[in-house]
Amino acid sequence: MKGMTIIVKTISSWVKLLIFLFGIYIVLFGHLTPGGGFAGGVIIASSYVLLMLAFGREFVEKNLSLTASSRLDCVGALMFVAIALVGMFYGAASFFWNFIHQQYLADRATEFKLVSAGIIPLCNIAIGLKVGASLFLVIFALSVFCNDFRCKGSARELM
Amino acid sequence: MVIFYVLLVFMLIAAIIAVETDDLLSSVICVGAVGVGGSIMFLFLRAPDIAITQIVVEVLGLIILIRATIARDLTFISGDREFFGLVVSIVIMLVIFLAGVRVLGNLPPFGTPVFSQVPDAASRTYIAEGLQKTGAANIVAAIILDYRGYDTLGEATVLFTSIIGATVMLRSKCRKSLEDRNG
Repeated sequence: MKGMTIIVKTISSWVKLLIFLFGIYIVLFGHLTPGGGFAGGVIIASSYVLLMLAFGREFVEKNLSLTASSRLDCVGALMFVAIALVGMFYGAASFFWNFIHQQYLADRATEFKLVSAGIIPLCNIAIGLKVGASLFLVIFALSVFCNDFRCKGSARELM
Repeated sequence: MVIFYVLLVFMLIAAIIAVETDDLLSSVICVGAVGVGGSIMFLFLRAPDIAITQIVVEVLGLIILIRATIARDLTFISGDREFFGLVVSIVIMLVIFLAGVRVLGNLPPFGTPVFSQVPDAASRTYIAEGLQKTGAANIVAAIILDYRGYDTLGEATVLFTSIIGATVMLRSKCRKSLEDRNG
């Protein structure tokens, strides 16, 4: 039987959504409350790892395949660099210039609101995508590797 | 102040158990307990960002990663330690301890930040103008993603490169071709 007992499966199927939502909250409110892209990304990845522990690797791979997660990883990295580059070419500014805040939000008292701080929430989202997808990939690759070591042949065609 | 000493004793006990136990899983859990103590310490020092990152990386990353990769048949470690490795680690710990005693003697008293001694520290600018210049209420986010964006870009690049290396090396296609070549 793949995965753990029915108790663990039931509870993790309830808890996974809460952990995922908490990760998204940490990422989206990173410019207002403690947290940010890195911590939120790790939390999002850990919700998938919880599923992997409870239900086995094949179940997770059906939900979020390896190619999809590596694409998400690349999308996060590209988005981060693109935001930085837009700041460079927008006006006469430099790399990582906070163009949204300086151009549109600076004279509008947006402090402590969700839509504030210009590029910082966008960077947080990019880093959250990147870190979540890449940590998921690391744990997935290590798990495949370790299974491969133990029972040669049976788990090889999965990856 | 008492809470820090209590947490310190807790972390020391957990670290000693982590080194001395034979079971790999309980050793990993003890390392996680050290991380929890550290993150609670950061929380009492009013650094919630670091506390969240610490607890997420140390506890979730370490324990879940070990649990997910080592799976069910956890190995029991036996045998003595190497003499040379023990001597080297004791010497390194001694050097770090002596350097730490010298450095900690120069720090300002507990509770006053270091940059209060430096008149033109960068932290003063960040704290004075951070909210108005970047609009982020969380000053840590304002620093790591606006003032110090290059650092975050480098960190993301390091992560990206290591992921590429890990997935390329652990791919089954790559391993299969290696095995075929070796016979």
